[in-house]
Amino acid sequence: MKKLRYAGVLTAVALALAGCGGEKVGAETPATTGGKECGTFNLTVSPWVGYEANAAVVAYVATKDLGCKVVKKNLKEEIAWQGFGTGEVDVNLENWGHEDLKKKYIEQEQVAVEAGSTGVKGVIGWYVPPWMAQTYPDITDWKNLNKYAALFKTSESSGKGQLLDGDPSYVTNDEALVKNLSLNYKVVQSGSETALIQAFRDAEKNKKPLLAYFYQPQWFFNEMNLVKINLPPYKAGCDAVPAKIACDYPPYDLDKIVSKKFADSGSPAYTLVKNFQWTNEDQNDVARMIAVDKLTPDQAAEKWVKDNESKVNAWLGK
Amino acid sequence: MAAITSDMEIEVRRPRRSVVVGVLLLVWVAAYFVLRGVNTLVLGGQETTGFHDWLTEHRDDVGQGNAFFDAIRIAVDHFVVLLQDVISQPSFDRPVPVIGWLGVVAVSAYLAWAFGNWKVAVLTAAGLGFVGLQGLWQESMDTLALTIAAVLLSLLVAIPLGIWAGLSDRAYKVATLVLDLMQTLPTFVYLAPLTLFFAIGPAAATIATLIYAAPPAVRLTAHAIRSVPPESVEAARSLGSTRGQTLTKVLLPMSRSTVVVGINQTIMAALSMVTVAALIDAPGLGQTVLKALQTLDVGVAFNAGLAIVVLAIVLDRVTTAAGDRPWRTASIRRKVLLGAGAVGVLVAIWFSRTYVWAAEFPSSPNVGSRIAVVTSDVTTWVQDVFGGFTYGVRDAVTNGLLNPLEALLTGSPWWLVTAVVVALAAVLGGWRGALPAAVCLLLLVATGVWHDSMITLASTVLATVVVVAVGLVLGVWAGRNHRVDTWIRPVLDAGQTMPPFVYLVPFLALFGTSRFTAIAAAVVFAVPVTTKIVADGIKAVPVATVEAANSVGSSTWQVISKVQLPVARRAITLAVNQGLIYVLSMVVVGGLVGAGALGYGVAAGFAQSELYGKGLAAGLAIVLLGVLLDRVTQAAARRTGQFKGRGEKR
Repeated sequence: MKKLRYAGVLTAVALALAGCGGEKVGAETPATTGGKECGTFNLTVSPWVGYEANAAVVAYVATKDLGCKVVKKNLKEEIAWQGFGTGEVDVNLENWGHEDLKKKYIEQEQVAVEAGSTGVKGVIGWYVPPWMAQTYPDITDWKNLNKYAALFKTSESSGKGQLLDGDPSYVTNDEALVKNLSLNYKVVQSGSETALIQAFRDAEKNKKPLLAYFYQPQWFFNEMNLVKINLPPYKAGCDAVPAKIACDYPPYDLDKIVSKKFADSGSPAYTLVKNFQWTNEDQNDVARMIAVDKLTPDQAAEKWVKDNESKVNAWLGK
Repeated sequence: MAAITSDMEIEVRRPRRSVVVGVLLLVWVAAYFVLRGVNTLVLGGQETTGFHDWLTEHRDDVGQGNAFFDAIRIAVDHFVVLLQDVISQPSFDRPVPVIGWLGVVAVSAYLAWAFGNWKVAVLTAAGLGFVGLQGLWQESMDTLALTIAAVLLSLLVAIPLGIWAGLSDRAYKVATLVLDLMQTLPTFVYLAPLTLFFAIGPAAATIATLIYAAPPAVRLTAHAIRSVPPESVEAARSLGSTRGQTLTKVLLPMSRSTVVVGINQTIMAALSMVTVAALIDAPGLGQTVLKALQTLDVGVAFNAGLAIVVLAIVLDRVTTAAGDRPWRTASIRRKVLLGAGAVGVLVAIWFSRTYVWAAEFPSSPNVGSRIAVVTSDVTTWVQDVFGGFTYGVRDAVTNGLLNPLEALLTGSPWWLVTAVVVALAAVLGGWRGALPAAVCLLLLVATGVWHDSMITLASTVLATVVVVAVGLVLGVWAGRNHRVDTWIRPVLDAGQTMPPFVYLVPFLALFGTSRFTAIAAAVVFAVPVTTKIVADGIKAVPVATVEAANSVGSSTWQVISKVQLPVARRAITLAVNQGLIYVLSMVVVGGLVGAGALGYGVAAGFAQSELYGKGLAAGLAIVLLGVLLDRVTQAAARRTGQFKGRGEKR
């Protein structure tokens, strides 16, 4: 006990002596940029890397070029929509459809407005790992799926082929599709994107058969080129009655939503958000830097902005 | 002679019950083959019932903008932000928090020493230093701030409620029911509506944590007050104490150590909510875990999970030490030491406010990236080596046990399942088992997710059986052997507080997306609590009893099975019950790795607004399953208890 106390006192003295030489807090005053007129805006960050890429670049440009303060909030999509109403979210930079929520918050409650396309195209569909497309080239036609159903049997699929469904965030028509296309498959819920990606990794590595619901843009395509199954092509209106759907998913034009308050504020940040538009490749570049190269979102954005000044200038109206 | 007859009575009556159970099960299987597929109440993934749609439409009815909720929100928000300003976030126009890392370590260690002992003080300093070296100082402090706020608010509500439930029988009954609801209703069900009441921000996260974390403190406070010997209360009364005096001078002091156990459990529960609360933007380590999982980065997720475990172990040991410390006034020597320590703490705080090295945790050396790399390598290695074998185990268990059980439950008509389960409950637990069983099953039908509930029930039963079996073996081992206990505790703490999200990825790699994966995750989460309670029960068996059994030459196995387990019966019942509740609280996580059914329903309801009602119904179904299994097992335990009790007495 006594020794310990001495040791404690000694350390304290040593620390005190060593410490007094250090740099003082506040010695280095942070450089404050002007830009009072931009102010602060709240940016929701949905839980996928592609979104994070959008958020990183917009936040970087808004902070560096316009001197805004960007508050990022990590929220699930549905909750972010609620935030438009309560004033806690100003900007959503990548919205996947959600017609019901648009109706509720844009038309009925009038707390949010659309701010145009992000330029990124969303694709939803059924995919197989690359090795399967090589070994069974005709598998990409849905008409041949029944021929291969036995390959896809698992402990979960009660004797039928397994169609692995994904993230509960997305609407799926898969149960209706399987029924209406008379496929000998059972839809099994994997329940998360994590589970889907892990399943694809395992399938490719160990040459296991896998048929699963997936979507683009997604950083995982940088790691593995999944092959899409061609379902009967989408025609406008073929998905009108959910129970009777027998066609592919519609292409999604991913768009931006902002709060009414923010749109009316006249902030230069609103103009930036409205003009913000890029391509799937751009987003994948930044997403790869975040997901694979492990850069922080800010570093990734800085790198991309440096290489793409003309695009950024167009957003800023320069 | 009397002894012989009573023994015979037990032996005659026991087989009779098991025969009845066996006959019932046989009848069920026979009827299943005849009636398979009739009235099974299947509901497709995107399909809803009228009840679900009604719930969806009325979700926003209570809504925000209510002055009462606003007042709570503002108060809680300010409280959390204040704590963050003090220890984690740059505040008051300074680039650093009010107290830097050196100050936080000093204050924490000092408090641990003052309320506990010097050992836990060293542990506290080491633990906090470790999370700093992991490169997670600020995140950890955010988590700590939120946890402290949630725990303090929980206790503010829970201890008075616990005292009330301890003093009044009626309050106790109501409380038990409400607490079951609070603990088994999946957080996902109320997470989105909470953000409507309390807006997005620290308040909603704190209150979500509070709902999940407060029950243990209420339960254990009530339990503690109820277990104060009536003689003590009567003695106080006869000396003329008022009710208030009896409470403050007799009941509370006598129940102090159990109340501390409750506080301890509340802290653990609050920390296990860190990742879930991050879904509504709660700051801290949960964010790191979720972000890492988006890219399946097990290493980084594990590093953050480890920081949560370290915080949990520190808080656990400090509160335990504080609870064990005898209540006495400090000696002069200790007072002097405490005073000197306080001065040292003030110096440390001054340093942490003045110098950068004491304010911001040094970024090197950083062990965090090292931990992340090693974890990733180990995970990959395990996956490569055991991958094929584990798939075999999965298929064997799924086809041999899970599928038949699930087929029986889901393929039988709902009225057949209800009739058989109620009959079983009546045989095993009398009307105390049968009545709740009937009510719960009928309500399950009303939720509209009967079919999903039966799938989840099959997995839950299987998981709980495994949990109890493993928990009993480990618990008896740890209860009989002090050294094993010391080594196993940190592992159990890790199992309880490591966010399940962290080990989902390796589990997915080992077992694929399947119900089995979900069962495995639930077992990892629920075994620790079962083991701890069993071990405590075995330790509490009076040494004299065990000695007596040893002295008449009983073998180890005889001592365990005839003496220790029967005497620790109460603890074992509690262990089964808590194991079950923990398994059920993992149903939603199971839904994320392929268990489907209720867990998926809840997760989908959280993510898709049109499925909200169905998600809520699925959440309620989980609660109903919990109440059903809990009441039936408790009634059954009470009955066997009575039998044994009578036999022993004669």
